[in-house]
Amino acid sequence: MTAETDPVQLLTPEGQRVAHPDYDIDLSPGEMRDLYRRMVMLRRLDVEATALQRQGELGIWASCLGQEAAQVGSAAALRPSDFAFPTYRDHGVALTRGVQPLQILELYRGLTNGGWDPLEKRCGLYTIVIGNQVLHGVGYAMGQSLDGTDDATITYFGDGATAQGDVNEGFVFASVFTAPVVFFCQNNQWAISQPRERQSAVPIHQRATGFGFPGAFVDGNDVLAVMAVTRAALERARSGNGATLIEAYTYRMGAHTTSDDPTRYRMGDEVERWRLRDPIERLKVYLAREGIADRTYFDTIDREADDMAVTLREGVRRLPVPEAVSIFDHVYAEEHSLLHAQRAEFEEYHAGFVDQGVR
Amino acid sequence: MGSMRMNQAIATALAEEMRENSSVIVMGEDVADAGGPFKTSEGLLKEFGPKRVRDTPISEMGFTGAAVGAAALGLRPVVEIMFVEFLGVALDAVVTEAAKFRYLSQGQVSCPMVVRASIGSGLGFGCQHSQTLENWVAATPGLKVACPSDPQSAYGLLKAAIRDPDPVIFLEPRALYASRGEVVTGPDGLLELGRARIAREGTKATVVTLGRTTSLTRAAAQQANLDIEIIDLLSLVPWDVKTVCASVKRTGRLVVIEEAPHSGGWGSEIISTITAQAFASLDAAPFRITAPDVPVPYQRDLEALYLPSESEIVRQLESYLVTGVVPQPWWTQEGIAR
Repeated sequence: MTAETDPVQLLTPEGQRVAHPDYDIDLSPGEMRDLYRRMVMLRRLDVEATALQRQGELGIWASCLGQEAAQVGSAAALRPSDFAFPTYRDHGVALTRGVQPLQILELYRGLTNGGWDPLEKRCGLYTIVIGNQVLHGVGYAMGQSLDGTDDATITYFGDGATAQGDVNEGFVFASVFTAPVVFFCQNNQWAISQPRERQSAVPIHQRATGFGFPGAFVDGNDVLAVMAVTRAALERARSGNGATLIEAYTYRMGAHTTSDDPTRYRMGDEVERWRLRDPIERLKVYLAREGIADRTYFDTIDREADDMAVTLREGVRRLPVPEAVSIFDHVYAEEHSLLHAQRAEFEEYHAGFVDQGVR
Repeated sequence: MGSMRMNQAIATALAEEMRENSSVIVMGEDVADAGGPFKTSEGLLKEFGPKRVRDTPISEMGFTGAAVGAAALGLRPVVEIMFVEFLGVALDAVVTEAAKFRYLSQGQVSCPMVVRASIGSGLGFGCQHSQTLENWVAATPGLKVACPSDPQSAYGLLKAAIRDPDPVIFLEPRALYASRGEVVTGPDGLLELGRARIAREGTKATVVTLGRTTSLTRAAAQQANLDIEIIDLLSLVPWDVKTVCASVKRTGRLVVIEEAPHSGGWGSEIISTITAQAFASLDAAPFRITAPDVPVPYQRDLEALYLPSESEIVRQLESYLVTGVVPQPWWTQEGIAR
């Protein structure tokens, strides 16, 4: 096994700003506070959604607890016209692209198959099947370069997905066609029950070399470093130099999903070690020490998160249940004759019950 | 004999076959340390160790393809596809390679592997994790396809599948993993691939079911006291023509109940064959109760509507038994739609 190098870090776990020979970032105080605010709101969404699932209000929830910096930092590096392809855990990406928290909960409540307009948000729908979206992202990026724009694509995936053919074939295509794509791997250490060592025999970012593009290794709990490294990769893509693989080294603090029990396969002290590397806490310490934000600001953000939580709890119960006939919608652009007949029969059947108050 | 859940019956069958035959190995995602995402391999790692019970990287193509090679060289791999949808990326290994090894090698190399996959709706998993997809594999010569309907059939069929000299696709209805039933273990509990079983005797119609529709239909028959003969197919390739045909000759009527979209379903194959072989015995047109031609709905109520339900089965069968006229599918109703 090849030795791990140190990940790029601009902010230590203790909140100390440090220099790196290859990467730096210059953000205004407002921009830095914005990163903090986004991470706090994201965590609150995550905590509320987990609770709502436990109360039976959501079918399932995939927690992103601990991965806030990786998601927010990378998505904040995008321009509005870039495109992001997230997985089902990348709530921070969706929120940063302008998706409303309730739209995400609507999906996990089983009321919609999608939740938002991918073209409007420039953010794909959550891909559930592991690794598929990497190929989609490469194809989209190839389209961007055919269009002659300097937009770029970022596609998200986890450490587990790097074993899938889809991901490796995506790497090949991006390399051969010099596609303007950033492969953003959140290495959260666990693919359900499988530790990273049993998924890849070499550090993930080192695999990029064999495909013909650079791999970067970044502290995924350092929002400044994540943003700096992602910006550099996007810049490389925009200027026609092709793909970059970013491995953001982070940790899945929660279960794989609410259906999973991680105590079956991992030790509690590992989780405790990572708690000391919390991404939000380290930025907060830095902002406070540098005088970029004070107590009043942090309190305001906490209140905003409290308000959002109330709105979400009330809103999620009020979300409308789709009409029964909607199961026939969107199967094709134009319903073929057989399907049309099935819908027509159902509508007539349904009409027969209207007096009885059946939806 | 003892009461167990279907996932326990599967784990028991795997453990027994592994004890019996050291060439049986298990591979898949989260099957070892975690005991299987549906707890179908609980205890195997502890008893047989990591060489024979292997957690793999997330690559269905990788471990299914590796199983083909391992099987060709004498092992009996049982691989687990967590959701049958993930078989998509491994279809090449199954359909193009495993199914053709014996044929290509003029019978010199066989591929005795089992691909287990969870199938079906009912758990609110959405349209990409709720399909049955048996038709993907049922139309491929070289593969056998089996589908249990309860703990006993899961136990008996899986053992038969592991012992079979050819590749077997073993489709497990996910909604039934937690269902409980008495299981006869040992030689008496073994079932034969290709053999259906009569799940309920009756005289007025033969109703063919598979997997989850078996218990739904049995409950429907009980609830409405329907005089129907339920044939639980258990194997789709080969399917038990003889048992179905003999039953239809007694009852004169045939219904097939499928948990899948209407168009292109395997029930059409059953009806086509039986109609050709027992046309003179039929006193009414055969028909199928299926889902409509749409993806599986995600929202709970709509998903329940999608699957042929107990009440829907009662409604259609009652009407058919009385009138001999093919009832309209669930998305319409005789007398209202037409």
